[in-house]
Amino acid sequence: MRYAVIVFPGSNCDHDCYHAMKHVLGQEVDFIWHKEESFQKKYDGVIIPGGFSYGDYLRTGAIARFSPVMKAVDGFAKCGGLVIGICNGFQILLEAGLLPGAMLRNESLKFICKDVYVKVENEQTPFTRCCNRGDVLRIPIAHAEGNYFADDETLARIEENGQVVLKYCDKDGEISQESNPNGSAHNIAGICNEARNVFGMMPHPERCSEAILGNTDGKNILASMVSHSSIFTGGCSIRYTDYKQAQ
Amino acid sequence: MNAKVFVTLKKGVLDPQGKAVQHSLGSLGYGNVQDVRLGKYVEIKLDETDKAKADSQLREMCDKLLANTVIEDYHFVIE
Repeated sequence: MRYAVIVFPGSNCDHDCYHAMKHVLGQEVDFIWHKEESFQKKYDGVIIPGGFSYGDYLRTGAIARFSPVMKAVDGFAKCGGLVIGICNGFQILLEAGLLPGAMLRNESLKFICKDVYVKVENEQTPFTRCCNRGDVLRIPIAHAEGNYFADDETLARIEENGQVVLKYCDKDGEISQESNPNGSAHNIAGICNEARNVFGMMPHPERCSEAILGNTDGKNILASMVSHSSIFTGGCSIRYTDYKQAQ
Repeated sequence: MNAKVFVTLKKGVLDPQGKAVQHSLGSLGYGNVQDVRLGKYVEIKLDETDKAKADSQLREMCDKLLANTVIEDYHFVIE
């Protein structure tokens, strides 16, 4: 499988994602600079990494979402390609309207960098298929704007549709106000779109995907993508140019 | 012409920064401060003489980039 890691000015988890996909999971990986308007190769998935794209100016992800490469990402997503946004990547997907809702400042107003526990609420997605429903994963967060917000109607809809994939919980899987690190509505840590092929999460799976780092819980998320691609697409993939032609 | 754009969090959206400033004002002795909401102020210099055109352009800029209408409201003044 081949994966694309998008690089914006200010991305800083791009190399971690590259390393996890290439050296831990043994996949082909390319960096794609944000100025690229289309993908030159076929990809099985696109990773939008964490960081501080454009210095978080205006709002997190607000400027990055208008980068030329986002046209390619949008087209890739619209024809069913897997797209995962991690941390700042999640914020960019929200700003781009590929996922519903928005991020507010953490309730505590602090940048929070620590391990948290998340519960797998829906294992029937390409990003959690290596997990079981109810699994509790320990994955680090590192953000100041991870306080997920959506209006009541949207929250009810995404809960009903099974789009709420990960929720903050304690180590026993209890979802409570105490286990909510940033004030997120419904303890939401990760959501997907209705079609299940676009996913955003605030915790960083690429930071806990190998034993030498003391935790492999994050590998479940990344390995899920690889597993999905190998089974459901048999290695075929879609590129933005195909999407343009289809239109 | 010049435009002043104000972007504020929607009513009902919790404003943690506003709350912190409110508490701080309270601790400075301003006990009558009931609520504080923080927002953004943007000044835009526009090479445009048609006010109606400027108005529709600014609305577009706000909807597209300056505000995230999921959580924010905006208004602007053209001078």
